[in-house]
Amino acid sequence: MATTTESAGLAQPRRQYQAQAFWKRALKRPEAGALGGAILVFIFFWVMAPPFRQFAAFTTVLYEAATIGIPAVAVALLMIGGEFDLSAGVAVTTSSLAASMFATQVADSLWMGVVFALFFSLAIGAVNGWLLIRTKLHSFLVTLGSFLMLQGLNIAVTKLITGNVATQDISGMAGFNTLRLIFASNFMIGRAQVSITIVYWLLFIVLATWALLRTKIGNWIFAVGGEADSARAVGVPVKRVKIGLFMSVGFGCWFLAMHQLFAYDTVQSGAGIGNELLYIAASVVGGCLLTGGYGSAVGSALGAFIFGMTTEGVIYADWDPDWFQFFVGAMLLLATVVNTWIRMRATRGK
Amino acid sequence: MRHLKRMTVLALSTCALALLAGPANAQEKQMTIAMITHAQPGDTFWDIIRKGANAAAAKDNVKLIYLADPTADKEAQLINNVVEQHVDGIALTLAFPDAEAPAVKAAQKAGIPIVGFNAGVGQWKSQDLLGYAGQDEAVAGKAVGEELNKEGAKNVVCLDQQQGAVQLEARCNGIKDTFKGKSEVLYVTGYDMPTVKARVQAKLQQDPSVDYVVTLGAPFAPVVLDAITASGSKAKVGTFDMSPVAIDMIAKGNIQWAVDQQPYVEGYEAVDMLWLYATNGDTVGGGEAVLTGPFFVTKDNAEAVAKYAKNGTR
Repeated sequence: MATTTESAGLAQPRRQYQAQAFWKRALKRPEAGALGGAILVFIFFWVMAPPFRQFAAFTTVLYEAATIGIPAVAVALLMIGGEFDLSAGVAVTTSSLAASMFATQVADSLWMGVVFALFFSLAIGAVNGWLLIRTKLHSFLVTLGSFLMLQGLNIAVTKLITGNVATQDISGMAGFNTLRLIFASNFMIGRAQVSITIVYWLLFIVLATWALLRTKIGNWIFAVGGEADSARAVGVPVKRVKIGLFMSVGFGCWFLAMHQLFAYDTVQSGAGIGNELLYIAASVVGGCLLTGGYGSAVGSALGAFIFGMTTEGVIYADWDPDWFQFFVGAMLLLATVVNTWIRMRATRGK
Repeated sequence: MRHLKRMTVLALSTCALALLAGPANAQEKQMTIAMITHAQPGDTFWDIIRKGANAAAAKDNVKLIYLADPTADKEAQLINNVVEQHVDGIALTLAFPDAEAPAVKAAQKAGIPIVGFNAGVGQWKSQDLLGYAGQDEAVAGKAVGEELNKEGAKNVVCLDQQQGAVQLEARCNGIKDTFKGKSEVLYVTGYDMPTVKARVQAKLQQDPSVDYVVTLGAPFAPVVLDAITASGSKAKVGTFDMSPVAIDMIAKGNIQWAVDQQPYVEGYEAVDMLWLYATNGDTVGGGEAVLTGPFFVTKDNAEAVAKYAKNGTR
């Protein structure tokens, strides 16, 4: 019974594509469900928590969302391409450590450190992709390995080079102010402080969406994630696409790493563990399928936004802090259930 | 063939001789001491403890095995592990006293002397440890509460980076005990600084009357300062423990004070206590804990402390 309605629902929109109303088509986008979830969570906290209603609260939420969302955009592309990256959380810390240590110990120049970290992060992505292709293991296993290795490297190498487990304060070095302006400056809108990361985040969402929907590479990503063998048969360079996707995750990690480095001056080598799951969660809440071939960049942003609203909203609502993680988990679950429900209704054609 | 065999015999006997001769030539047998902690990997604070332990080990000619795991069952497992290695002494943190109790008993049964440090100030006596070096977190928390009263604070947020860790809860509870105003706990998850900033910012926007934030780890203090600027709050900041950056900020007057428990001394004393016991049967503390803190670092003494902090030993 269920299968017949589904296949009928799938067949119909093809025939009527041109005739469908704009909102009907919009509802069928992968991120439609997440948008519903985000609106619901927003209204919920708007009602429950008076401090949540100020504009300054909104920018705080957006900041939290941006620090999850920047790597999550790239992780969403990777997941559409059918792969996972569990090393992304720790790779952020690796990248900021690399920049800081190369700048202070080797090159004596912050700019060199930043460039070195970029190549280093891209290389980590490339190695992840290359290992995946050479070993033919599931990306879950490959990146779990690199996740653990990076975690160890972060601490061991930092200790080896600096003698401590946190890097030196770089705020006195030449070029720091310019780099902080680029990666970690704030500007004011009214009385609310807005971090520049939010602007970059929006930019990356637009770029990724354009690449996915309007370029050949976008088609390749969907094809590789949907059915890699068929994609290869029609001439899609599957290996290069996958390595490229891992490298774009490396880029996302690098960017966030530079923000953290220049916003907070020093890096604790044990940081970042567990964030990889947030990036994946943001993508999945935003409509990416765990199996690949489906999803969107905008969705990952909405997922990150839901997460930001939830973690901050619990504080604005002043709920018992002991229950903090429970509330966050429950709200996320609620948002995801709503979004799946909306998606199901939409694709059924009702 | 026979030649080869003879060579092997010769080689083996040389090895055996060397092994026999080794200890006889050394002045005394080197002690092996295991240090087991609940450290999170990559935490500055624990690194200072380890440096103190290494310093004592070098001075006392002790071989030091350092092992750490932040979860209860794994820390207990580490104790069992070193008992099987037949170490000559164990220095451990009783962060999870109940989970560690069976392993501690087994080690005592095997005749290995044990001292506690850093965590477990309320439990080390009942578990029959030789001694204890550390800060009484409740005492330190109470001292902070008094300090806040003195400065006239009304509404304090206690920033806890590891929900459920006994020694951190004890600090916030200590503050609550002596502090006369309103105090509240805010949890964050480890060293994810953007999250820390956003959450503190949210708290300050939610309750603009907060006039003091006490962080339970020094790396968080500068981030809290950022959050205070961003949210337009007037709150002041004090912190438990130290870092080079925090000391600079104390000297500049951005952070009011840091409560130092002198982790270097904790690590050093723990190893040294075991060495004293092994070589001379001594115990330290007269049946009480050897208190390494609280020591308030303020604007007045920040400069003197700063040079040690730069070395990563305070």
